[in-house]
Amino acid sequence: MEKFSYVNATNLEQVTSLLNDSGWGEVMVIAGGTDLLGELKEYVETPKTLVNLKTLPGMDSIAADATGLKIGALTTVADIAMHPTIQRHYTVLAQAAASVATPQIRNVGTLGGNLCQRPRCWYYRDETVDCLKKGGEICYAVEGLNKYHAILGGDPVYIVHPSDIAPALIALGATIKIAGPEGEKTMAVEEFFTLPATNPFRENVLEPNEIVVEVQVPQPKPNTKSLYLKAREKGAPDFALASVAGVFEMSGSTCNTASIVLGGVAPAPWRSKEAEAALTGKMISEAVSKQAGADAVKDAQPLNDNEYKVVLTQNLISRAAMMAAHA
Amino acid sequence: MASWGEASESRLIGKRVTRLSGKDKVTGKAKYTFDINRPGMLYGRVLRSEVPHATVKGIDTRAAEALPGVKAVIPLIEIGKKLRYQGQEIAAVAAETDDIAKDALRLIQVDMEELPFVVTESDAMAEGAPQIREDWNGNQSNPNIREEGTLEAGFKEAAVEVEATYHTPVQTHVCLETHGHVAEWQDEQNLTVWASTQAVFGTRNDLAQHFELPANQVRVITEHMGGGFGSKFGPGMEGHAAAELSRITGTAVKLMLTRKDEHLVAGNRPSMTQHVRAGATSDGRLIAYDMRGHGTGGISSGAGFQAPYVYHVPNFRTEKVNVAVNAGNQRAMRAPGHPQGAFAMDCLMDELAEKLGMNPLEFRRINDTSEVRQAQYTLGAQEIGWHRRNSMPGSGTSVKKRGMGLGSGRWGGGGGRGTEARVTINADGTVEAVTGTQDLGTGIRTAIAIIVAEEFGLAPTDITVKVGDSAPGLPSGGSGGSQTTASVAPVIKTAAAAAKQKLFERIAPLLAAPVEELRVGTGTIYVVSDRTKTITWAQATGQLGMESISEGGQWDEELRQGGVAGTQFAEVEVDTETGTIKVLKIVAIHDCGLAINRLTTESQINGGVIMGLGQALLEERFMDAQTGRMMNANLEDYKVPGTFEIPEIKSIVFDTHRKVTGIGEPPCIPTLGAIANAVYNAIGVRIRELPLTPDKVLSALAEKKA
Repeated sequence: MEKFSYVNATNLEQVTSLLNDSGWGEVMVIAGGTDLLGELKEYVETPKTLVNLKTLPGMDSIAADATGLKIGALTTVADIAMHPTIQRHYTVLAQAAASVATPQIRNVGTLGGNLCQRPRCWYYRDETVDCLKKGGEICYAVEGLNKYHAILGGDPVYIVHPSDIAPALIALGATIKIAGPEGEKTMAVEEFFTLPATNPFRENVLEPNEIVVEVQVPQPKPNTKSLYLKAREKGAPDFALASVAGVFEMSGSTCNTASIVLGGVAPAPWRSKEAEAALTGKMISEAVSKQAGADAVKDAQPLNDNEYKVVLTQNLISRAAMMAAHA
Repeated sequence: MASWGEASESRLIGKRVTRLSGKDKVTGKAKYTFDINRPGMLYGRVLRSEVPHATVKGIDTRAAEALPGVKAVIPLIEIGKKLRYQGQEIAAVAAETDDIAKDALRLIQVDMEELPFVVTESDAMAEGAPQIREDWNGNQSNPNIREEGTLEAGFKEAAVEVEATYHTPVQTHVCLETHGHVAEWQDEQNLTVWASTQAVFGTRNDLAQHFELPANQVRVITEHMGGGFGSKFGPGMEGHAAAELSRITGTAVKLMLTRKDEHLVAGNRPSMTQHVRAGATSDGRLIAYDMRGHGTGGISSGAGFQAPYVYHVPNFRTEKVNVAVNAGNQRAMRAPGHPQGAFAMDCLMDELAEKLGMNPLEFRRINDTSEVRQAQYTLGAQEIGWHRRNSMPGSGTSVKKRGMGLGSGRWGGGGGRGTEARVTINADGTVEAVTGTQDLGTGIRTAIAIIVAEEFGLAPTDITVKVGDSAPGLPSGGSGGSQTTASVAPVIKTAAAAAKQKLFERIAPLLAAPVEELRVGTGTIYVVSDRTKTITWAQATGQLGMESISEGGQWDEELRQGGVAGTQFAEVEVDTETGTIKVLKIVAIHDCGLAINRLTTESQINGGVIMGLGQALLEERFMDAQTGRMMNANLEDYKVPGTFEIPEIKSIVFDTHRKVTGIGEPPCIPTLGAIANAVYNAIGVRIRELPLTPDKVLSALAEKKA
């Protein structure tokens, strides 16, 4: 990696002012570092300054009450995965967190880092490949090796968003608090992520001088079942070939409302309104669950090597619905 | 005639003995080459080509040399020469820290003219492809053709035929410890190199030749090493570079390959594609086999594979070509050519059996001439519960489907001449066994201790074993071909026997008995006709006064034997919605004659099964046709088995004769076919291409449905 100076953050104002006006890449923030260090070592990023967020006070804990959760951005993935309240009432979130990488990575990787991690695309991660995401002319995945790439929302960059936690948070209707030079703002996690058609270079709305500070998750209604299913080639560590975060509010086996958010298939966590519509108000049968899966992928545009993701996604959605209704 | 004696007489040989270096390894006390640090040591790194094909026009190292902390920069390719694959060596640097060395590489300016390239076999074989080897036409070697019997007559006799194409991709070795060396010159004429090698003396001789030194003035040390699998038989360019950088700077230099380097240039198992047409008679005899195939070993040749394999076929014709691509060279990899060939052959056998309406196990019994494997088939079928097997492949409506399959293999492993060893008994009772072999991870250190301890009536922990060092001047061959134990054991055994004889001669007067009457007990020596005449080992060696007994050993044909057979049965569960394959159980039955240490033999079988499983389910080198680069030169996208992939492995050491045979390579061979056949048995659709990843399973299931 290139040399950089290292600053321990003491407060948010200091962080945003260090980040201010530097544009992307000059000054970068680091918390667990499990993603960023890889980028530095591969020279994908070459910042002049790293700001260590781990020294910010009070941002690494989980507060749970009857209204919901407040999770600081510096909370480790492991703490989320093992939190008893999250396991019980926000199961999809605990399961998603537990599916991340390895115990070592979960013990240092943070919530904020997980949401802001960069794509794993092997063209993007290769320093010598000047791909569209890095300002080049083409997305090499289109004509190249695209087994792990997007089937939905890809144009013009066919990366997939690697986060497991993001789909779970969106399915739970979480909001995200962002700090910038003008203070803090809050938005739906769903609104936080963007597609390449909007901005091919970034995966979310953060400006160079903003950072994620907290995530708030409303308490799910009673009779809610939630779960996270993740298909991968290897037990661990492996990123999702496709994943489904499902939150179902049930009356018996009838689904009152459903939130279905997909991971590993699109450049951003992909909320499937089609699958949700197919499930809402229905008695969940095999036919209904299958229809939901089929509806979710009807607009999928697979590349040469990733057509399997269409059927895989479809199957995961129907499995999730059936598990919510009958398991 | 020398012999290892009967099993009933053995106290240690053939039993389960804990690896002597095990505690050191798990506590981190064991020092691998990577762990060696010398006073003032510099760090070496290699600048490698980022392009797959180019002519080097110039190398400017001035900026690198000017970087503070850089002590030397050397070119590794001449101007005007061609770079023919990503990763090929251009220059090397030595610097005070590894980070400085890495920075220095980025300051070296290489002027090059890029050339057209091909990195996939299909591109290389396409009409009008860039010609990347001047000595080959169409990037292909001349075909290697073998014929036996009469193919046409064979097919006439056939009642059923199968025609299919099987493929295995390039697999890399993934040695846990990457290739590398620490080189240190004592003076201009004496070089010491710590090497992660599977050939201590081979590496010594190579370095001596390269630097024009007398062989005995180069010392190579490999106390522990983290895997070679056939890729570490010499210092390679990185070893020469380390020693040259050390020579120039007069300082020790450590140069270890990165994980990326390791994937790119440190060897690989070539790919295999074979188009087969084969026939069997109505009574189940494999009768005709016609195969055209190819594989790539990168820019080099050597992409061979076994075909036909194991099963007897009287009429066959095979035609194989090597395909050149702009990618790193193949090297020997655990049972070169066998796992690929076994995968294709075992799939083919199952496909023929199905056409005949025959149980694949019965079909194999008819066509396998090995008595050992015939017995292994019976045992394996019992162990896996073959009777539970799905009789209708793919039947049932459940989402998760189970299936069973089997595969077979063979190997040599008989050892050979070329090992010198010395066993020394000191007056204080201590015992040393010294030889120039190396512990590739197979446990030869422990095997040597067992043999000597058995001979002397001591415990293995009483024996100090020194291996992995050329300094004592006791050469031994490289650890390849599963030859180490079979090569070393006879020499150690005869050395220990000779030393014991000498000791008996010294103490016979004390015991007032003829030498022939003396025997070892457990830590004792006694007179066989009068057991009241017993002395302890310490009392006996105390007779030596200031002397030691030190005896060499010799090669003995009678103590070893080549030729092994193996078979494996797999049970798998396939999730038909996600395409995920879970291997539930592997029964691995392998014979290796006399297993000196049953515990480490089982460990080797476990390791082979895991390696085979990786090749069956996960491993594949991805080459990008647009950029000419390997896209997964890491351990994130080049996936090797982890904890979750490891099934129950029942490793069975199948006792045959009591002569030593190697077991290192054979256990990775039958796994591929066993798993592939089990997957077919589960889902009823044949996948003829490895690895069996979810994309292939789901696509196959979708095709079956359509």
